[in-house]
Amino acid sequence: MSDLHSQTVAYSRDTMLPPVPPPRREAGAVRWLRENLFSGPLNIILTILAIWVLWLALRDVLPWAWRGIWNAGSISECRTIRDQLYGEGTSAACWAVIRARWQQLVFGFYPASELWRPPLALVVFLLAVLPILFADLPRRLLWLTAAAPFLIVWLLWGGPIWGPVAVALGFGLGWLAWRIVARAGGPLLGAVAAILVPVLYWIFVDAPLTAALARILPIGLTPVRSSDFGGFTLSIVIGLSGITLSLPLGILLALARRSEMFIISKVAVIYIEVIRGVPLIVWLLVAQVLLNYFLPSGTNFDILLRVIIMVTLFSSAYIAEVIRGGLAALPRGQYEAADALGLGYWQAMQLIVLPQALKISIPGIVNSFIGLFKDTTLVSIISLFDPMRMSSTIRATTEWGGIYWELYIFVAAVFFVFCFAMSRYSMWLEQRLERSHR
Amino acid sequence: MKRSVVLGTLALAGLAGAAQAATLDDVKARDALNCGVNPGLTGFAAPNAEGVWEGFDVDVCRAVAAAVLGDATKVNYVPLSGETRFTALAAGEVDLLARNSTWTFSRDTDLNLDFAGVNYYDGQGFLVPSALGVTSATELDGATVCIQTGTTTELNLADFFRVNNISYTPVPIANDAEGRQQYLAGACDTYTTDASGLASVRTTFENPEEHVILPEIISKEPLGPAVRHGDNDWADIARWTLNALIVAEELGVTSANVAEMAAAPTENPEINRLLGTEGEMGAMIGLDNQWAVRAIEATGNYGEIFERHLGESTPIGLARGLNAQWTNGGLLYAPPFR
Repeated sequence: MSDLHSQTVAYSRDTMLPPVPPPRREAGAVRWLRENLFSGPLNIILTILAIWVLWLALRDVLPWAWRGIWNAGSISECRTIRDQLYGEGTSAACWAVIRARWQQLVFGFYPASELWRPPLALVVFLLAVLPILFADLPRRLLWLTAAAPFLIVWLLWGGPIWGPVAVALGFGLGWLAWRIVARAGGPLLGAVAAILVPVLYWIFVDAPLTAALARILPIGLTPVRSSDFGGFTLSIVIGLSGITLSLPLGILLALARRSEMFIISKVAVIYIEVIRGVPLIVWLLVAQVLLNYFLPSGTNFDILLRVIIMVTLFSSAYIAEVIRGGLAALPRGQYEAADALGLGYWQAMQLIVLPQALKISIPGIVNSFIGLFKDTTLVSIISLFDPMRMSSTIRATTEWGGIYWELYIFVAAVFFVFCFAMSRYSMWLEQRLERSHR
Repeated sequence: MKRSVVLGTLALAGLAGAAQAATLDDVKARDALNCGVNPGLTGFAAPNAEGVWEGFDVDVCRAVAAAVLGDATKVNYVPLSGETRFTALAAGEVDLLARNSTWTFSRDTDLNLDFAGVNYYDGQGFLVPSALGVTSATELDGATVCIQTGTTTELNLADFFRVNNISYTPVPIANDAEGRQQYLAGACDTYTTDASGLASVRTTFENPEEHVILPEIISKEPLGPAVRHGDNDWADIARWTLNALIVAEELGVTSANVAEMAAAPTENPEINRLLGTEGEMGAMIGLDNQWAVRAIEATGNYGEIFERHLGESTPIGLARGLNAQWTNGGLLYAPPFR
């Protein structure tokens, strides 16, 4: 401290004031309320109105749900218990229906002794997509990803393990044929061999080989028929297969549509417009009814497989358009830069164009996926037992006739959990891939 | 070129026809009966908590499976919606359609179905709150009516009101669930659909006694199992399995006493022919002589099936009415087993 200051400044504080809490009006919940809900006359009125509407909506629903009866064998039992507990005519939910029938809502008619299989298949699926969804994980996990489809199919449908193994062997043969022939006769011949060899193998060798192996080493699970799939198992099987299959197909279609090769681009345009121009329900009915007329009589083309194919084709048209939007949003300079580096078409797409285009398209892609997952309830039209169909079937029994809200609320809640998770992941991915502000 | 395509198509169609012609062989080879059922209709078809299908129509499938395959559980139930049921049958997806389908002229002829008979005589009725004070459908002048669109019930309703020279306001609804809600909410004075459907809807009400089904039945809805047109042998099996259940009730053969009655010939020759202790009736429809015994053992006779799923002892509580034996004033009249 200099002497100068001691003359010019009359008073100088030499200690810090202790910190004082902000005034009550300016802190915590009160401040938040004041700023957000009661900041002016109009907002005060709107807030009060909103609270009133909320109260109107919830004053009956919440007690109804809270009073809910969990232990009863039928709706009339529910009503009797309710009358004893709360007096005649009180409104109370009958959650007992969920308790009694949750197994059917979740697994459909899947055999009771095999119920561990669908959840395990889901776990395998999640493990398999982890290395794709999270880039930090070791790349070696991709081997699991390659094996997962066969493992999942085997877990869900059962049967001898050799079926999926023999089919997987076909892919291995194709890869081998490509390696050998491409080295000897060029890539075109290699591609032909890579397609021809596995197809011939699947047609002629696969079935006898499976049978022979099954005879020698009978390892397997109890087979489960597709018609036993139901409830959320069905929705998830259709939804997840549709999602995983339609993304690569959609990318190819988007590239094809932007291709400069006339036939390829026109074929893609026609495909996308036709598929998009017709409602999904129509495609499902085609899958269920019309296909049977075209196929030879007695062909047992699994209905679930038909539906998965239709849903995949349908969804891939939408994904293609979403990705095309991403491709169109890329500045032309990016394409030109790829050309200037001397990259070929596939290299340019893989290294420069698609990573950026896909990043832009993430919200749209996830939006399509959520839509697809919810659209799986449309299969109730063709009498597959998705959760909605299952709930009306449960309603058709004499025990549970007349139960609506409880079942609908349960179905809605489960769907919400799945869709919300997907949406959260996409937001996380967007933030992670955000490059423009760094 | 063109001709060969046509010939090829014909040959394929012929093959398809040949493949379909022997439904019995297909069923035996598959060792399971593919049976089309309603995905959920109270009393007629619905899976229980264990996922086992139960109901009045389901028992027809079980009886046929027992007669043909010897085991009532060897049935693949194929739930079919109203729109797809007939195409599924025509396309060979199911062997038998036991899905509360009304036997009509056009379905029998134009749609190429063969109805094996009638297992339930239904008819369109009216459900009203007793507070309305109406005792007959003819008093419904000026009423609002909840009616499912695009069904025969809609046309029957229009006919009935025109014939009786009274007016009504339709409230269109999409399905039973919506109809029930609209009716309970008071959106319409009366709800009309098949009487069996009304009865099962009524059982789900909080206070069923506050609602009555009016005595008028304004249409004929004979519901029965159907098979593909063109395989008469298979149609015979379906028809006579149903007849066996009906005649068993008439003759007093039940699931409890059928084993005893089939052990040795009884006094009644018709019972003997039905249960295979006399004659060779089974061979005439391509089955063994015990086919009817197995069917009756599996499901009971017609009366037992009715009581178990629809009758007075169930919450639905339907009276036999038209579905009583002809000896009791009903319409059930199985041709003689001779």
